[in-house]
Amino acid sequence: MSLSIEEVRRIAALARLRLEPAEEARLAGELSAILDYVRLLEELDVSRVEPMTHALAGEGTPLREDRVVACLSPEKALANAPAREGNYFRVPRIIE
Amino acid sequence: MSAAGLLGLSIGELSGRLSRRQVSAEEVARQALERVAATDGRVGAFLRVTPERALEEARDSDRRRARGEVRSPLDGVPLALKDILLTEGVETTAGSRILAGFLPPYDAAVVERLRAAGAVSLGKLNMDEFAMGSSTENSAFGPCRNPYDLSRTPGGSSGGSAAAVAARQVFGTLGTDTGGSIRQPAGLCGVVGLKPTYGRVSRYGVIAFASSLDQVGPLGKTVRDVALLLQAIAGHDPRDMTSSERPVPDYLAEIESGAKGLRIGVPREWLAGGAEPGVERKVRDALATYERLGARLVEVELPHSKYGIAAYYLVAPAEASSNLARYDGVRYGLRAEAKGLKDMYGESRDAGFGTEPKRRIMLGTYALSAGYYDAYYLRAQKVRTLVRGDFDRAFEKCDVVAGPVSPTVAFALGEKVADPLQMYLADVYTIGCNLAALPGLSVPAGMHEEARLPVGLQLIGRPFDEATLLRVARALERETGPLPAPAEFA
Repeated sequence: MSLSIEEVRRIAALARLRLEPAEEARLAGELSAILDYVRLLEELDVSRVEPMTHALAGEGTPLREDRVVACLSPEKALANAPAREGNYFRVPRIIE
Repeated sequence: MSAAGLLGLSIGELSGRLSRRQVSAEEVARQALERVAATDGRVGAFLRVTPERALEEARDSDRRRARGEVRSPLDGVPLALKDILLTEGVETTAGSRILAGFLPPYDAAVVERLRAAGAVSLGKLNMDEFAMGSSTENSAFGPCRNPYDLSRTPGGSSGGSAAAVAARQVFGTLGTDTGGSIRQPAGLCGVVGLKPTYGRVSRYGVIAFASSLDQVGPLGKTVRDVALLLQAIAGHDPRDMTSSERPVPDYLAEIESGAKGLRIGVPREWLAGGAEPGVERKVRDALATYERLGARLVEVELPHSKYGIAAYYLVAPAEASSNLARYDGVRYGLRAEAKGLKDMYGESRDAGFGTEPKRRIMLGTYALSAGYYDAYYLRAQKVRTLVRGDFDRAFEKCDVVAGPVSPTVAFALGEKVADPLQMYLADVYTIGCNLAALPGLSVPAGMHEEARLPVGLQLIGRPFDEATLLRVARALERETGPLPAPAEFA
């Protein structure tokens, strides 16, 4: 299976990755090779197999009471912000 | 005593000396820090050393001991942490430029637990970026090297965690394992590494890669050391909703019980010529040792093993593409200056992510995109059910499954970087255990006779049966002894 440059660009846009033209070409080749390899799975008839939706059925995801617990203070939550204004994360203009 | 000095001791031996007051925790920490300073220029196991913090923790440990308030056998023992584990106020990058300078606002649960046990942390360890890789060459901050041969990789992604133990820089480390990232480097560096059952150890504060596969686990020089570390970090944590509520057994209780009477499953598919002959020979030697010790070898079948890598390289990138969406330059991490928000996202992610994360984000985004979900992610999740079924059937006939960790010994730096698929195939034997959520362990099986490099034996157990894995591994170690330290780091 061969992935076109256009397809690579479409996926990069979905993934919010800005790629250089050389990277697009390289990824088209590499992803095609990987997708070829994973076609191995088509050998298997999985029509009657349930997907593994939890790694260990019956473990984890217990219910808990819905109550207020301590969380990060605004100061801590904002401490790594690349740009902030008061108690907010500052971002570039959203509406163009 | 050798040049490694105190650092040549096991945790148990060190703990004894500390309790007999033959040495102070501060002196041990000082020696470990000196050793890191003297050796890490060659190894590259550490991304960050925190000497002041380490010495302070060591002095706290000495004060506790003076008051008779020793917390655990790890009290005063110098360890180090894979840089994927959040450490409050200490830079944590997951080996990625996108997190350079990131100072976590809280500690990972495992970091809290080690601290509660009194352990001393020397710093943060090198790794493949976001744990994506099998050689630690994908670290954005330079590669790590194998202490047994500095021209070779230590494996990965927890390469720093394995190399630091092998080079006798620290007494034990924590790593994470999504497709083999603890067991493979442990095997290639001749140390012991354990991936616990999914849900056994909390992942709160662990930077997420593939959430249905990721687990935290210990690496150490000896099986008992690994048991001590697992004891400290295992157990329920309400902050990780996949964390199991099962009680944690005493991992040392049965560890010396030997292999007699146990049934060891040997998967027909794993010794069918897929591994390099010298590797296969050491694995067969280990199996023969078990037989001599009174264990029974039984052939088992894992017919879906050959689909493991294909399923993994759909599930893991799909989950990674979702987990790595959070690195958008808004709340933390690198932000590239750009006019609009969308350009800021794209430029920040382009500048911050290395080649492998980008490749996996692209693959995962594709596999999850409209029209492809059923053909890729859903099919792969169904194949996981089949892989798990293979193991369930095998465990009707045996108590543990045994085989190689990796198909080869440690490979040269640069050998596989140009071909991502070749690198992925290095995980052929380790991936099934993650897909099936089972515990897996790597224990040294000896030195490859021609290459003179370590070969690991992999043991896989029933869910939550880490105790049997440790017992079986200890039985081999008692016969063969831990590997001699690398000549340059003895």
